[in-house]
Amino acid sequence: MAYKIIASQCTVCGACEFECPTAAIKMKGDTYIIDAAKCVECVGHFDKPQCAEVCPVPKTCVKV
Amino acid sequence: MSGQLVAFDDLFNDASQATLRSEIPSSGCSSSSCGSSAGPGDMPPEVWAKIKDHPCYSEEAHHYFARMHVAVAPACNIQCNYCNRKYDCANESRPGVVSEKLTPDQALRKVVTVANEVPQLSVLGIAGPGDACYDWKKTKATFEAVSREITDIKLCISTNGLALPDHVDELAAMNVDHVTITINMVDPEIGTKIYPWIYFRNRRYTGLEASQILHERQMQGLEMLTSRGILTKINSVMIPGVNDEHLKVVNAEVKKRGAFLHNIMPLISDPAHGTHYGLTGQRGPTHAELKALQDACAGGANLMRHCRQCRADAVGLLGEDRGQEFTLDQLPNAVHYDPAKREAYRELVASERGDHVAAKTRAAAELKENADRAILVAIATKGGGRINEHFGHAREFQVYEAGRDGVKFIGHRKVEDTYCLGGFGEDATLDSVIRTLEGVDAVLCSKVGDCPRKDLAKAGIAVTDAYAFDYIEAAIASYYASEHAVPVQALSA
Repeated sequence: MAYKIIASQCTVCGACEFECPTAAIKMKGDTYIIDAAKCVECVGHFDKPQCAEVCPVPKTCVKV
Repeated sequence: MSGQLVAFDDLFNDASQATLRSEIPSSGCSSSSCGSSAGPGDMPPEVWAKIKDHPCYSEEAHHYFARMHVAVAPACNIQCNYCNRKYDCANESRPGVVSEKLTPDQALRKVVTVANEVPQLSVLGIAGPGDACYDWKKTKATFEAVSREITDIKLCISTNGLALPDHVDELAAMNVDHVTITINMVDPEIGTKIYPWIYFRNRRYTGLEASQILHERQMQGLEMLTSRGILTKINSVMIPGVNDEHLKVVNAEVKKRGAFLHNIMPLISDPAHGTHYGLTGQRGPTHAELKALQDACAGGANLMRHCRQCRADAVGLLGEDRGQEFTLDQLPNAVHYDPAKREAYRELVASERGDHVAAKTRAAAELKENADRAILVAIATKGGGRINEHFGHAREFQVYEAGRDGVKFIGHRKVEDTYCLGGFGEDATLDSVIRTLEGVDAVLCSKVGDCPRKDLAKAGIAVTDAYAFDYIEAAIASYYASEHAVPVQALSA
């Protein structure tokens, strides 16, 4: 279970990076990516995945 | 670099001082009666000390001083219907637009480079492109690094207010003494038409609840700033049919909570920007609608009328943008701050601004005695508080109202395409300039050709270059006297 970022829609604002409770999100090249091995979909941390909650572009942080 | 102000240079023989003189604004805003009231005599000395070099807060300062924004804070915690942060264009000037985002280290290099080359620089602001208080770590790291290097630079932030209460104490500790909060409503029902969602305490809120939380946090933040003596400016976006009438209530509410200035800005709306308002055909206000609302707020919180709604990476005087001269690829890898140029410039400005204030005061006194009706006068200026731009080169006109209340700055009118390019006036463009000047009685500029003079006359607008290089307010008072045959002595400084 993990989320991913649709790179073509990402504004590279970086909000998801600092909201992620498991530090699964990092800059790679010129966009952010989610490390699927670290992503727990915020289970045990928050009610909903934080990257999708804060992302300014609809349907950009989505379930793999 | 900056253009010449002939009248200044003639006064000085010393070459180095003449060079510095030429740095006194080559373009930008030269308004009066906007920002806060006129000068040191009108407010407590501690407040004047805070605003006297801040171009966005002080009428006096923005004749002479420049600000720069560094785009270190791209993350945002709310969505506004007038904003689409995916959009980016180097040729566009509006809030939230940037060409390149910077890390705090890159921002430090940029600020030092600008400080070494632009002696007018007095303020470093962080205005996004997201929210400076939400993207706090980067904002804080940038302020700390820059203020270590340039100890006298003023720090300033702009925020939507949602995260503001969490950082007020840190702002105070870092000597940030100017904060702008964008407040578009004090009624959450109206907020639902402006804010589709907010992200707060790890959760997304929508609808009325979102606007309720945002409203409470904005009021709390404003009160906290006021109680710590931090000057607060309130920005409001005027959205016809949504919050236009309501902004009078906003004005009264923010004044009650200690806001220093209220800046009512027109909505910028275009389908090409990809914003919700742009795509749904929500229009912005006309010049007349904006002025009517600003006038209706007179007596409440002081109004700022010289805002240019600048980019989150703007560099220079208000009304000019030198950001393209300082892009990352042009910055040196290692920078060292040299205070000499900024210090010398400050000394010079101290004497020049005294003369300007005196000329303005005389103009106001004469008009008070003699004016019968109010007229609108458009000014072509490159800055420095003087009439020093050709009609055909003006990228904007500063509009003043002259009447019994003296000479008051009303706002600026942007020119889409400058009329005169390489010496050839274009008829089609002249028509659009004339439309831009709708409602204006006269234009004062440093030079104007016969052809535009005739066309302007046909449109009922007088134009003259008789006051070239005079101080704006004094020239307007003299013009008023000559047109109305009242005994005002020549006031041109």
